[in-house]
Amino acid sequence: MIGFWRKIYAKHDNVKAYSLLSPALILIILAMVVPMALMLSFSMFTQVSMMEIDYTFTFQRYIDFFQKSLLVTLLIKSIKISFLVTLITLITAYPVCYYIAFYVKKNKMLWLVLLTLPFWTSYLLRVFSWKIILGTKGVINSSLINAGILSEPLTFLMYSETAVVITLTHAWAAFALLPLYVSLEKIDFSLIEAGRDLGLSRLEVFWKITFPLSLPGVIGAILIIFIPTVGDYVTPALLGGIDGRMLSNMIQAYFGKINNIPMGAASATIMLTTVVLITIIVSNVTKKLTQRLT
Amino acid sequence: MNEKNSTLLIYTLLYFGFLYVPVLFLPIFSFNDADYMSFPLAGFTTEHYEEMWSKRNLHKALWASIKVGVVASVVSTIIALFAAKAFARYKFRGNKISYGAIMMPFLIPEIILAVAILIIWVNLGFKLGLIPVTIGHTLFCTPFAMLILIARIEGFDFSLEEASRDLGENAWGTFFRVSFPLYFPGIIAALLLSFIISFDEFILAFFLTGSDATLPMYMWGQMRFVQRLPHVLALGAVIIVFTTFFVLLAFWLRNVGQEKAKKDIGIKL
Repeated sequence: MIGFWRKIYAKHDNVKAYSLLSPALILIILAMVVPMALMLSFSMFTQVSMMEIDYTFTFQRYIDFFQKSLLVTLLIKSIKISFLVTLITLITAYPVCYYIAFYVKKNKMLWLVLLTLPFWTSYLLRVFSWKIILGTKGVINSSLINAGILSEPLTFLMYSETAVVITLTHAWAAFALLPLYVSLEKIDFSLIEAGRDLGLSRLEVFWKITFPLSLPGVIGAILIIFIPTVGDYVTPALLGGIDGRMLSNMIQAYFGKINNIPMGAASATIMLTTVVLITIIVSNVTKKLTQRLT
Repeated sequence: MNEKNSTLLIYTLLYFGFLYVPVLFLPIFSFNDADYMSFPLAGFTTEHYEEMWSKRNLHKALWASIKVGVVASVVSTIIALFAAKAFARYKFRGNKISYGAIMMPFLIPEIILAVAILIIWVNLGFKLGLIPVTIGHTLFCTPFAMLILIARIEGFDFSLEEASRDLGENAWGTFFRVSFPLYFPGIIAALLLSFIISFDEFILAFFLTGSDATLPMYMWGQMRFVQRLPHVLALGAVIIVFTTFFVLLAFWLRNVGQEKAKKDIGIKL
């Protein structure tokens, strides 16, 4: 019997691969798939009192979600903030990657390591350092007041949407830099030279050759920035104030203070579904747009 | 390209400034002799660092983070090593879907993972604490560790392993005497980076720790009180120095290992 299994094992790459993959897949199933499925079913229950949940299936939580204008507003605001963060991160990081991919000759790896190094310092501390910078008595305000440029601190810097967008742009930079660099680095430079030789202007070369070829990196960056930032909790909680609150702060409240687990589960489900749908649309539109450009 | 582009160079350097300057304010203000973090600096002091010795809750939280980090990084690196081997070595059916599934925790908003684990853990009748945090961190670190290990393993010549088999070594012997030494720098890099991810992780800990705070939870608790902020800054500065050291070590190990392997076995990586 053992001999039989050994033979099957030795013959088939599929069997070998999946036996190597099984610990990872079991982890994913037990710690992610099953818990998320349970979360989905909890979103269809009803919280009766503090400790009691009614387990009859209902879609009422989803109807509740869309009837509460606060939740819908927060969902839209979360999406708007992530969208801005993704766009700004991409636009600001692109020239840096372009420079390293095409103009830096020595020690490219060192440049990349240095670019991603701040990302490894604690997320909480990075967000906190923006609080030091943007705060009412923070670095910017105290410097401007000391220099005599301002008499009152700028209040819009702190506890606002702007603060959240700036901080997230800083926090997620590495996730744009890496995929963009990888895709730019792969571009065959002779294609760009050919474009120039054929009389295209620098701008035309960029839009018709470089940018379309770097698209896998752009889409990769959209995926790994847009989806996670929609669910960001720390930044809006520390820097957002009332104006910069996002849906995750509400989800946390449902699991904490408010204690309505089905409502929290429904909000989480809606957030994930919406963001995945938007991401699919955005990456498809980006692809189409580029096809039209070229 | 033989041209220079000074506009882009200046922009790139400014971008570096944007990335680094905010983080540097923490160490600067940690030596400042005042409760508020504003300019001009009030004077130099190491008082905030000395304060850390007397905080028992801080020591407890540090110990909790180390325990969680060690278990999560070791378990996720082992799991990731097997998975990375499968992706680097074999072409198999469903490899893209499996890869996507294992990378998922990296993509899904962390708050959703946290909430999902919270619901199942509480409904199984268990108490919140460091165990669910460790499970969450293992899940979250595995994709990172796998990415690092795939990069390491992909370059190797698998005929070395086959040769070892042909010469009569069994599977375990081959693994420990041929594969493991070759993967070693990658494994250490994966361990270090997963440890740091777990050590710094906040959201999963926030939902799942209950009363056993990890270090980021401790800092979060202290951030609300102005008079306690300075020692959080000092703690933050220490964490930044240690993390930077570990990360540079991990990157160095990865590169040096790669160079050495290139020379040792003369294969193209």
